[in-house]
This record gives sequence, structure tokens and C-alpha cells, in this order.
Amino acid sequence: MRVELRGITKRFGSFTANDAISLTVEPGQIHCLLGENGAGKSTLMNVVFGLLHADEGEILINGESVAFSNSGDAVRKGIGMVHQHFMLVPVFTVAENVVLGFEPTKSLGRLDAKAAADQIRTLSARFGLDVDPDAVVENLPVGLQQRVEIIKALSHDAELLILDEPTAVLTPQEIDALMDIMRSLAAAGKSILFITHKLKEVRAVADVITVIRQGRVVDTVSPSLSEGELATAMVGRSVSLTVEKEDVVVGAAVLELRNVTVRDDRGVAVVTNVSLDVREGQIMAIAGVQGNGQTELVEAIAGLRHVESGTITLGGRDITNASPRQILDAGLGHVPEDRQRDGLVLSLSVADNLVLNAAAKAPFAKGWNRRLAAVRDNATALVERFDVRTTGIDAEVGSLSGGNQQKVIVARELSRDITCFIAAQPTRGLDVGSIEYVHSQIVAERNSGRGVVIVSSELDEVLALGDQVAVMFAGTIVDVVSPDVGREAIGLLMAGGGQ
Amino acid sequence: MNRTSLRRIGESPSLLTFFALLLGFLIGAVVIIATTAPVLNAWRQLFSSPTAVLHALNVTFDNVGAAYRALFVGSIGNPSSFAHSLATGQSWTATLTPLSETLTYATPLVIASMGVALAFQTGIFNIGANGQAILGGIGGAWIGSMMHAPMIIHLPLTLLAGVAGGVLGGLIPGILKSFAGAHEVIVTLMLNYVIAFFLVYVVQSTPLQQPGQANDISRTLDHSALLLPLFGAGSGLRVSYGVFVAAGVVAFGWWFLNRSTLGFAFRVTGANPNAARAAGFNPKRIIILVFMISGGLAGLAGVVQLASTNYFIDGGFLIGSAGIGFTAITVSLLGRNKPAGIVWGSLLFAALGVGGRTMQARTGIPLDLALIIQSIVVLFVASPVLVKEIFRLRAKAQTVQLATKGWSQ
Repeated sequence: MRVELRGITKRFGSFTANDAISLTVEPGQIHCLLGENGAGKSTLMNVVFGLLHADEGEILINGESVAFSNSGDAVRKGIGMVHQHFMLVPVFTVAENVVLGFEPTKSLGRLDAKAAADQIRTLSARFGLDVDPDAVVENLPVGLQQRVEIIKALSHDAELLILDEPTAVLTPQEIDALMDIMRSLAAAGKSILFITHKLKEVRAVADVITVIRQGRVVDTVSPSLSEGELATAMVGRSVSLTVEKEDVVVGAAVLELRNVTVRDDRGVAVVTNVSLDVREGQIMAIAGVQGNGQTELVEAIAGLRHVESGTITLGGRDITNASPRQILDAGLGHVPEDRQRDGLVLSLSVADNLVLNAAAKAPFAKGWNRRLAAVRDNATALVERFDVRTTGIDAEVGSLSGGNQQKVIVARELSRDITCFIAAQPTRGLDVGSIEYVHSQIVAERNSGRGVVIVSSELDEVLALGDQVAVMFAGTIVDVVSPDVGREAIGLLMAGGGQ
Repeated sequence: MNRTSLRRIGESPSLLTFFALLLGFLIGAVVIIATTAPVLNAWRQLFSSPTAVLHALNVTFDNVGAAYRALFVGSIGNPSSFAHSLATGQSWTATLTPLSETLTYATPLVIASMGVALAFQTGIFNIGANGQAILGGIGGAWIGSMMHAPMIIHLPLTLLAGVAGGVLGGLIPGILKSFAGAHEVIVTLMLNYVIAFFLVYVVQSTPLQQPGQANDISRTLDHSALLLPLFGAGSGLRVSYGVFVAAGVVAFGWWFLNRSTLGFAFRVTGANPNAARAAGFNPKRIIILVFMISGGLAGLAGVVQLASTNYFIDGGFLIGSAGIGFTAITVSLLGRNKPAGIVWGSLLFAALGVGGRTMQARTGIPLDLALIIQSIVVLFVASPVLVKEIFRLRAKAQTVQLATKGWSQ
């Protein structure tokens, strides 16, 4: 299916989210939409999918002008969309989710479960989307849930698939699998609109790249460009993709873990006997495929999860099973993995979120009273320093884009008086411009003599930042190596090859 | 009203409330039409003569107008009486009685609603405010009637005893939720019954019972423990010094929610308990504190009701339609858990209640109509989308957030 956008303009009040955007997706083409957080990619896709109405411009499908009044119209015209956050019923099976709303029925309106399952097997086989139709969705890993979304779109005979930041939630292996699926879909003649800000993925799968900046198409480029050139096109200035790190004298250990064992919510030991030293002026990168205990280990250090056995020492103080308050006061800066769940209060203002864990302390409080002037000054300074894109310090944090929400947390933690900084997935969902800044701040912390722990499932990030790389597999640290041993060696350790 | 100004209503909570109010009175009018015999008869004879429609309309406007006029006169006052009193300087008591009554009813309601609202803001349903208010009344009655001291000591101690009773009543669900994970809705709701029976026990089987009485009635408060009428006992106006207590509570509520560190902790915990924990707030401690403060304010409401209006308690104290702790839940919803909103909400509810009695006396339309209007207003406030639809407000999807969660939070 050939889809052409002509001069699409979408305004929200005085703000122009999309400014006369034109692009064409050819049949069988993987067309990538590349842009920073807040560049207007998602707005454009919502227009194409009929969720928003363009103020100007038109959409042509196979040369014919179409107007969508809702997403149902778009679906009928052969457009399917896989959202960043899945729209699945967790307690339903794969088959039930896919046929939801279009159920094949037997007599008396009973659901024909077999027909539903068969429909999925057919689709699975045709496009290489392997998934069990009878599995319950909530038991599936994220990558497979996404596959269900794709099957759902295909089951409505989608000829154009819109994938909105599909890799943000996936592990490296799942990303590879998704790339294969995209290629096989394109080979079968489906068009794909792929939204992302990850340069590596763009280069791997895209046929054509449209770069969007501040709501405008700034360039249409070929995937043969280097990552650096793509980043420059996207951000509008040259971006350093490598992290400059000067040599720093490594000092005494600030964070010491000794034989730490932690259980998850179901009582299974997910961290067993982990010992690790993080020194002043050192970045310890914890690498590992998601779900190998990194999340729980960080929660245990931050006091959010009970330590079953072993000890954790921060700056010489035993903080094993201390309260989060005591641990924060002992000098831990913590960027949680799930920022909306643990890091922010979305309904509160940017200013309040920037003092979330220091609101009762000087200078933000005096006795029982909050000092709002100090809170505001702090917010103004941090928003400026960390380049948080917001309509103002009184805006609700929930109104910010994901990348800017992350900047709020990083700004808050780095503005406190800390001895050790621990960040889980510090750049997840951030665009290259923001990543560059967050990375430079993390390195600055290290250079000023603090201990830093980074947990990341992005191998590139681990290699770029880590002075030492601790690889976790199945709840243990299998090895602590220098990043110079290379991707393959560390990848092998991540897959359990070190045991 | 043109389209843009209509559109703005969707974004302004107070305008939305105004429209909810308007709808409440409109539907109230429909109820009057449907339940008042003369009006119904007039409409039944619609086809009997060419002018029957005019007649029916006339009767309708007469009846609805009379009812709402009585509601207004009964709760705020008669404009012509005001003019008369201003001109002659006489009969001020009669002129001001409606306002005085409205303020008298609103006073404890404001205090209790503030308590409920503080809990709501923390994401906690305190359905037990009524029980806590009763405990406040018991505490106040005990100190106010059994102890004897000059007013400067006695009155503060009586009020404090009321607060203490409420705090105690709040501690039970607070501790149960904090340490045993018991759901506060169930616990507080059920405790209301327990406390209602405890009240009967206290006023019938303890030294608090009025000597020489076999009924469930307590001793009367000492004069030194009373919140006296603002304009003196001889003024004939019941409005008491309790209004200053209420004003203080509103000021406290505003400061607490907007300016205090603990209030910030409450709001953070209410909006996102996980982030609150990660930010170093102790949810267990906060839950107990919320219940203590919320219960304490409910207790204060109880003792203010006692010391300003009832002067003694009996087995029916704050039971049934007098249950200000239950009305307080509705009022804090109506006021969106904001101090200013609570003041207006309490005044509205008090006015409808007080004016309803005048309406019943003058027009024979039952007091229940006031209750119907109250309920409809709350219903519409709680469903802003509905109001927007009715008035065709094409506002953006922003809706008013009620700081409450479902049962299964």
C-alpha cells in the first residue's frame, strides 16, 4: 500500500506539533521516522491512525484522498498501529486478544476458540511470528506481547503497520527478533512506518529515513549514513556519541556488597551471594539481560527490598535493611528503573518533583514549613542546567515527555549531596541529545570522586561508561571485567557463558 | 453566553460546580412538578380549554417559585426584612436568624469535611468520620460536664478532649491498616456501628449519664465549657464562637496541604505510594498520622457540635440524618478536597438543610427535596463529562480529578 502525507499540520493551541509534514511510504518499504523526544513523531502517527485530526493537509492511500474520523476508519483502510504501551487484556489468551471485537462465533454466539486459534496459527506461519495462541498474555514476556499486537494488526488485514518506539521496552535479543519480523513483513509487501530515536536500529532495518525536528521534516536520508551523521541530522548540531573520560585516580570503596542475597516478590532468591566493591572515581557498570537480578539488587541497595543475608556498606556505614530515608541521608543518589512508578509523582509539579526526597530538609523547609521560594529557585536553576523541556516549573511532571521526566530525576539526584550515585537504565527512552548530556553528567560525578553504579541492558552504554563491567547472570555476578575485553566477550558472559 | 466562554467551563472547576448546581435546581423543579398535586392537576387539564397551557405554566412557576423562594428566605433571609431592619434598626433577630442557622449547621460540617479531605488527599477513605465525631462528642461531654474549671481552662480542655476522642477513633483503623493491611473502608465503616453502640453504653451505664435519669442522656456541659452564642445568649441567634474554630481549621487545612512538610508527604503518598517510599517517606507512619489528624478533626467537629448547639449528648447524638461525619464525605467531594471548596460546599449543604425546613413549613413540599438537590449536585460534580455533554461544552478532555481511588486501590 502506498501512503502519502501531504502538508500535514497539527496545532495544539499556539503550539505547532506538526508543521506541513509530507512523506511517502511505498509498498514493502520500511520507512523510518527519526526524531528527538517531543519532535512530533507520535502526534503525526496519531494523525495517520485517525486518533487526531490534522488542521491542514491530506492523507492519500494508493493515490486516493482519505479522511479518518476515528481509528476504526483507519483500520478499515488497512492501517494498523502498535502502540508503545500495549493495549492487551492481560488475563485473556493470545487468541482471545487478537479476535477481540471481531470474534468468530459458533451457533448462539458462542466464541469459536478453535477458529480463533487457527487464524493466529495461519498468521504466525505466514510471517514467522511464533507465538502460542493459547498462552495467557500476562504470562508472556514483553517481546511476545508485542508480537501479539502485531498479529492483531495483521489480522485486520493491515497493509501499513505503524510501530511507535517498539524497541524501547525490549531486550537486545528481542530487538533482533523484531528486526527479523519487520524484514519478513516488508518482504511480504507490507509497508512499515517505524518510529524511533535509536540510530543503530534505524541503520539496521530502514529503507528510507525521514528526519523530523521541532515538528518539521528537516531531511530525508539514506540508512547508509553513519550514526554520527544521523545524530547530527536529528539533533541539529553535532553530537558526540562516544563518552570522553579522563583518567581519574580511583579511591577507597564507597559501596561494598558482601554476599548479598535478595528474594523477589514470590520468594525466589533472585540475587545470590553477590559481592561487589564500587570505588570513588569509578563507574561500575552492571551488565546483563533483563531479569537476571539487577533490578532487585538495586532495590536492595536503595532500601526498597529486604536483604535476606549479607551486608551492604555505604561510605563505611552499614546500610543493610536500613530505611530508604536513612540510605538517602547516608549519601545515595538513586535513579530508579521504573521512573513513573518509583521516581516521580506525575500529578505534582516539576518543582515539587525536583525536591521530592529533600522537601523536609533545609533549604527547602524550615521547621514544619516548606520554603516554596527555595523550591522554586532550585527548580529554575535545575531546569536550566539540565535543559528540561517544560512549559514551566509549575507544570505537572506527567505532561513532560519521557526523556524530560528522566532528566528531572537525574537532576534531582545529582543536585543532592551524595557519595554514591546508582542509576538503573539511566537513558532508557532518551534521545541521543539527552543521552549525551546524561552521560556527561554521570562521568562528571565520577570525575568529582563519587562512586557510580550504572545498570543497563544496552551493551553500548555499558561499554561507553563503565570503568569496570560486572556481568550478572541468573542472580550472580559471573565476572567483573574491563570494558576493553570487547562486546563479544561480555555478550558471552551475559548469556551465561562464564560459568 | 458565546461559545468560547462556554468552552472555558470545561476547564474551570468552579464554573463546572456552578453548572452542576444549576442542574440540581432544574431537576429539583422537575421533581416538584411531578410530585405536587395542584401542578399535576393543572397539566392534566391541558386540553380542557385554549388557555389551559398558560394556566398550567402559571401554576408551575408559582409552585416552583414559592418553593425556591422559601428555600432562599429560610437559609439566607428575606431581602425585604433586611431592608426593613436597615431602615428602622429593628427586628434584626428575625432578619438574621436564617443566616445564623445556616452558619450554625455549617460550622461542624466544615471541620469534619476538612478532616475527611485531608485523608482523601492522601488517598485514604475515612468513612469513619462520623464515629470519630461521636467519640469527640463523648470526650468533650466527659471533660465538659464532669470537670469544673474557669472557662479559659475548661473550654480549651473540652475541645482538646474532643480532638483526643477523634484521634483515638482514627488510630484504630490507622494501626490496623498500617500493620495488618486491613482495608480502611471496611474498618472505618464498621467502626461507626461499634461507636454508635458504645455511645449508648456511655450515656446509659457510666457516670456520664445524667444523674436521676434512666434514659440514655448525658450530663449537661458546664457553662464554662460552652462555645457561647456570638451575639450573646439574649440575642436569639444561635451562631456561636464555633465559627472561629471552623475558620481556624480551614486556615490550618490550607497551610497543612500547601505549606507544611508533612502535608507534602501526605500528598506525595496519596498520589504515588511507590515513589513516596523511594523518596524516603515512611508509608506506615504516614497512614497512622493521616488517621490521627483526620480523626482529630472529626472529633473536633463532634465536640463543636456539642459545645455550640446540643450542650449534652444522648443515644442519638450525630445518628441518622444528624450524621455530619457522613455529610462531610459528600461535602469534601463537592469541594474537591480544597479548603475553599469545603467552605462553600458546607455552606451550600447547610443552607439547603436549613432552608428546606422553611420550604416544608411554607409550601408543604417535603424537606427531602433539599436532599434530592444535594445529591444531584454531587452526582454532577462527580461526573464532569456529563455536565459538559449536557451543556455541549466542547472542552478538552481535561477533567476534574477527585483525589479518591476505588475499593481495590
